[in-house]
Amino acid sequence: MDLDALTTTSGEWLRGTGPDSDIVVSSRIRLARNLAQFPFPSRADDSTRSEIESLLREKLDLVQLGTELIYVDVNTLETLDRQFLVERQLISREHADSHGSRGVGFGDQENVSLMVNEEDHLRIQVLRSGFSLNECWSEIDRIDDLIESHVTYAFSEELGYLTACPTNVGTGIRVSVMLHLPALVITKEIQKVFQALHKISLAVRGLYGEGSQAMGDFYQISNQVTLGKSEEQVITGLNDVVANIIAYERRVRDALVKENRSSLHDQVARAYGILKNAQTISSEETMHLLSSVRMGINLGLIDDLEIPTVNELFIHTQPAHLQKLRKEHLESSERNVARASYLRLRLTEHEPEQN
Amino acid sequence: MKKCSRCSKPATLHITELREGVVDVLHLCESCAHEYLSNAQPEPAETATSSLSGKIKAANSDRDLEELDELTCPNCGIFFREFRSQGRLGCPHDYIAFRNELLPLLENIHGETQHTGKLPKRAPGGSRRQYRLIKLRSNLRDVVEQEDYEAAAQLRDEIQSLETELEDGTPDDT
Repeated sequence: MDLDALTTTSGEWLRGTGPDSDIVVSSRIRLARNLAQFPFPSRADDSTRSEIESLLREKLDLVQLGTELIYVDVNTLETLDRQFLVERQLISREHADSHGSRGVGFGDQENVSLMVNEEDHLRIQVLRSGFSLNECWSEIDRIDDLIESHVTYAFSEELGYLTACPTNVGTGIRVSVMLHLPALVITKEIQKVFQALHKISLAVRGLYGEGSQAMGDFYQISNQVTLGKSEEQVITGLNDVVANIIAYERRVRDALVKENRSSLHDQVARAYGILKNAQTISSEETMHLLSSVRMGINLGLIDDLEIPTVNELFIHTQPAHLQKLRKEHLESSERNVARASYLRLRLTEHEPEQN
Repeated sequence: MKKCSRCSKPATLHITELREGVVDVLHLCESCAHEYLSNAQPEPAETATSSLSGKIKAANSDRDLEELDELTCPNCGIFFREFRSQGRLGCPHDYIAFRNELLPLLENIHGETQHTGKLPKRAPGGSRRQYRLIKLRSNLRDVVEQEDYEAAAQLRDEIQSLETELEDGTPDDT
């Protein structure tokens, strides 16, 4: 499968057009499902895993999801391409790094992705731009039902959908929202948010989910409890908390602009300046500066750049994306040069307003 | 401009590290940050395993644990000790084979041990009604807490009629 076609586009969920998209980058719901008649992937031997993968691949072909599904055999992909899919949020890092028969099917808008043989036999994921958990839920609920009409899920009335890890059993649902909270970081009030979230069993992680540091002031908030609540209850819980955090961030942004407009403007302008002119730049620094620029756009301090472009830049300046754009493997220092060059190109071209 | 916390160069990167609700903020220069970030950090999967493992340990004495570890699932053959070290079960049947050990663990992780969410459409008929009762009762608890007594009354009526149906053996209309 040639992933190069995806290199110059970005998923629809990055459009930055959803509700509250000044603060909420994206909403995501994932369901963990397993077939009743097989062991879980980590226990299954190679031939069983192969059997599971063929079976699910065949069933996914039959299901009328409403979007053309592209299926990729992750096991035979090059490392670079796997990394590319991780950066794209189409597969998890775990899926990229593991072994044995496994794949992923995704729609060409990249709003839906179905991982086969990750920690569970099937992991369905739906992404939307902005604060749109209810839309994510109706979509994923529908897809889950469509798939279930072709297979038998492992399920018990007492414990719900049975998963490889007990931390996912029951609804098997992970509801997450990716937030951009630069003002709360500046005023150090983000700590209060973390503590409050921890108290109500919500997890907070940095950009790119599991195993990453919190970079660029982006935080992903998700539920941890999956058993004993209905899917709607979990979603309502998150909707309520996120609405509060959004209001908090907006209040702090407004206050910052009132009290400190010139120093904020300076920070934002310098960040923009570096991005437009640097000759070599690391991805960490890029994310940090893009975060300032993104806030600047939202606060009206930058008017010649659009959010969708910034969202896209976050993804396209990641290591695998850069190498695929250049169609060559690059070492770290070469990537830093390529990244700077790409940023200069994207940030100084004058795009029509429509884009 | 802040100084890097590891050397004396200016700090250009500010990393917020969050683990288990505790926040650390680090100010680092580019090279120290690169070193810090490329050092192996424990993956969340490991953390989940170690805390799962910790939870199982906490619930059992050492001698019990030895016996527990020898438990095995007749379907996939996994030993309980393998589950303890990997944090992953072997097959869906494990939830029955290790039921007594898993229930307290689930209580610990989720605070509950009864599923009240979605049912697969093809679940057996009679149980759908039982299942719906569980869900209605859970909703009832919520609305009473929120003092929405009108909704509570409606829910109580529905619960009543479902219970009657079950007693009478009325066929389920799925």
